[in-house]
Amino acid sequence: MAQQQETVLTFRGLTRRFGGVIALNKFDMELTNGQIVGLIGPNGSGKTTSFNVLTGIYEANGGSIEFLGQDITSWPAQKVYEAGVARTFQRSRLCLELSIFDNIMIGNHKRLNHGLLFNIFQRKALREQIRENHEEARKLLKIFDPALADKMFDPVGSLRMIDRRRIEICRALISHPRLLLLDEPSAGMTHEETRELMDDILEVREMIDGLSIILVEHEMGMIERVTDKCIVLNFGQKICEGAYRDVASDKLVQEAYLGGE
Amino acid sequence: MTQSLKDKLVIILLAAVIAAFSITFIAIEEQVEIFALLVFAAALVLGGAKLGITASIAQSLARNERLMNFAFIAATIAVVFWFREDHFPLLMIATVLLYVIACCGLNIQFGFTGVVNFAGAAFFGVGCYTAAVLGGTSVPLLLVIVLGGVIAAIVGSVLIIPVLRTRGHYAAVVTIAFGLLFRTFLEVNDTLGGPQGLGVSGMNLFGWDFNNNIEISENLEISFYMNYVVLALIMVILTFVLMRRIERSWIGLNFDAVRLDETAAACFGIDIKRWKIVAFTLGNFLAGTAGALYAMMLGFIAPSNFAFSDSLILVSIVLLGGMGSLWGTILAAGLVVLLPEKLQVIQEYRFLIYAVVMILILLFRPQGILPRGLRAYIPGWRG
Ligand SMILES: Nc1ncnc2c1ncn2[C@@H]1O[C@H](COP(=O)(O)OP(=O)(O)O)[C@@H](O)[C@H]1O
Ligand SMILES: [Mg+2]
Repeated sequence: MAQQQETVLTFRGLTRRFGGVIALNKFDMELTNGQIVGLIGPNGSGKTTSFNVLTGIYEANGGSIEFLGQDITSWPAQKVYEAGVARTFQRSRLCLELSIFDNIMIGNHKRLNHGLLFNIFQRKALREQIRENHEEARKLLKIFDPALADKMFDPVGSLRMIDRRRIEICRALISHPRLLLLDEPSAGMTHEETRELMDDILEVREMIDGLSIILVEHEMGMIERVTDKCIVLNFGQKICEGAYRDVASDKLVQEAYLGGE
Repeated sequence: MTQSLKDKLVIILLAAVIAAFSITFIAIEEQVEIFALLVFAAALVLGGAKLGITASIAQSLARNERLMNFAFIAATIAVVFWFREDHFPLLMIATVLLYVIACCGLNIQFGFTGVVNFAGAAFFGVGCYTAAVLGGTSVPLLLVIVLGGVIAAIVGSVLIIPVLRTRGHYAAVVTIAFGLLFRTFLEVNDTLGGPQGLGVSGMNLFGWDFNNNIEISENLEISFYMNYVVLALIMVILTFVLMRRIERSWIGLNFDAVRLDETAAACFGIDIKRWKIVAFTLGNFLAGTAGALYAMMLGFIAPSNFAFSDSLILVSIVLLGGMGSLWGTILAAGLVVLLPEKLQVIQEYRFLIYAVVMILILLFRPQGILPRGLRAYIPGWRG
């Protein structure tokens, strides 16, 4: 139970500018083990930018990021992933001409053997590794959609948008990350589909020990149902933090949303 | 008739038809006949596609990959055997095979990993000059071929930093500049023969001189080019095995990920630079080995063999065949190398026609004539 309180992620004064635009302004936050945090705010408030800075796509202009006790502020994207952070993208970024299996295996990078000699000459061991990982990817995908699990070698480009979202989440989960970043996973889905997707994600969370999640989402029903706490951003600044109920009734938050439209 | 028996018959027939077509195409001289043959073949392929026959043949091939490989090797051997006494056809076939190897190199770089290289002819040329310089020394000539590849890869490392730093058009310009520089360097360098070029000693394996005709009996004298064809074919097979193994491994997956989306690849731990360097080096190595044997076969090389236009031809083969497609590379190399030799019209307007064909391909069939399929890690296995 002591582990429950372990801090996984800390932002301290995290700042990022794009020219004159301050996309993130002295953002502080903390995430503990197994927690699900909802990150909400109007369009352009810096939600995606916080993911991009955290995962090393953009450098921070100020402040620091600590993940599992290490300062990862200036780490490159690859190292952040190795440390246990996996994500999805707001605008789906799968390789459409590759198969479902290929796409999921891209997310499994850190658990595969990439040695040149191993891949070219040790074909038997390689095949073994391919079969094992295929089985594991199948099991994971089955949780989201059993029908998809039978189409592992179909090109992703031939699938519906919802299925692509599911595969993107599997790509992020296959490597057993400690922190999962979901950037508007339900975009373009119906209420029912959104509910299903979130149930699936919760089911997977039970399987991965101590998985924490940051969820960017516009669908407030989903935020209310699954998050332990919410953080509201506006113009790159945190304007409110707390349980969904408290946040939703906050005056500043209501102004931000009404004023932002 | 069972499915598998039918598949096997289809493959053997297909290989026979391809062999017969190739022999006819190489043998006939009359321009009208050549033209008619090409139109006939095009009609056959297009008609077959309309009726769904090509698709069903493709399925038969996919189900029996091993047999397909053997059938196509056998077809090549049949064609080569047919022309056993004729210098020129064998020279052309060997040239096609060596172009295939160089283009496989470009395919690793460009087709798999998305690293453009418009200096393919320069790396081929490094292999050629390696053979010219080392051919006269005591270094075993088989080793010279490998060294041709190694030195091409080393020379290529000069380009790695600019290629990694730039993307898209800029990277293309960097490689074009390198290609031009390479040629100029050869022209002003007297120890490498200057603009006149260098003679290259022929291949010699354990005392077997590749430049002598092989006298079997009084009325059968096999052309010495047969030696080069056989060695080139062996090199093509080795290259294919390497390409296949790369494609059907995590390395091939990393290459694809780098080509398709660098940002997403980086977010899943894929070291973009590492895989670009591996692809670039491996590709230049292959081009260099092909160049080394090519120089030994021709016996003479000059800077004019390695112009920008030659690099363009290599790139056009890759695009025409289909990025990353192995069989496409063979078909396209055959067309691009042989057509100008057979049709004089093409010879005169060679580059105009290339340009038009390339534009048409990019507009209407960007995946090439024989598009690369999805990765089948283990042939026939779908989980
Ligand atoms: N790559 C970029 N270049 C310039 N401006 C950017 C870039 N990424 C984000 N921004 C700006 O930063 C602000 C926050 O954007 P973003 O993080 O995408 O918002 P959200 O995800 O909350 O909708 C916006 O004003 C946006 O225009
Ligand atoms: Mg966003």
